[in-house]
Amino acid sequence: MNILLFGITRDIVGASHLQVEPAERPKTVGQLKQWLAGQYPELKNLSSLAVAVDSEYAEDDALLSPHQEIALIPPVSGG
Amino acid sequence: MLIKLVNQIDLNEAFQYLQTPAAGGTNLFIGTVRDHAQGKQVVKLVFEAYAPMALKELEKIANQAKANWPIEKLLILHALGEKQIGEPVVVTGVASAHRNAAFEATRFLIDELKKTVPIWKKEYYQDNSIWVNAHP
Repeated sequence: MNILLFGITRDIVGASHLQVEPAERPKTVGQLKQWLAGQYPELKNLSSLAVAVDSEYAEDDALLSPHQEIALIPPVSGG
Repeated sequence: MLIKLVNQIDLNEAFQYLQTPAAGGTNLFIGTVRDHAQGKQVVKLVFEAYAPMALKELEKIANQAKANWPIEKLLILHALGEKQIGEPVVVTGVASAHRNAAFEATRFLIDELKKTVPIWKKEYYQDNSIWVNAHP
């Protein structure tokens, strides 16, 4: 599972994407967020952290599968 | 409607696009780089986007505006990359038969853009930089 990173999440992880190994692959968006918070505690300090699945905002109970495009969406600040 | 992420905003292109004989009012909101934020002097901004999703979200906002107001032409441009003080970074524009719809829809577009569209702004000061809105 490959996760795209933008803005401050890229700075925190130190890369523009993150590979999640099959052994720890989270089944839902909520599980992914928990796993990320364990790996990168700084993510917990953000005002918010959303996950996009196939470029749409996804709820915590949304199921993840290997062929989806997954991205972390930290607080947006366009305009 | 015209929705684009661009390296450089061309205000002439924006105004040209909005021209239509059916419109009696054309309104353009232009967001520019301000030289200060929270009491600090800003040196420059850098914008980045999750482009495919940003375009999708912008399209949703544009369609909401079209459902809410009688709109002849609608445009949203957002700049990416490094931007200096005074440069335009975002434009929302609406042409409508009457001015009220043009004023209101233009404001709706920029207000909604700031809430949901995955675009991020890094503010550079003299001594450091921050991702805007990242922390409470």
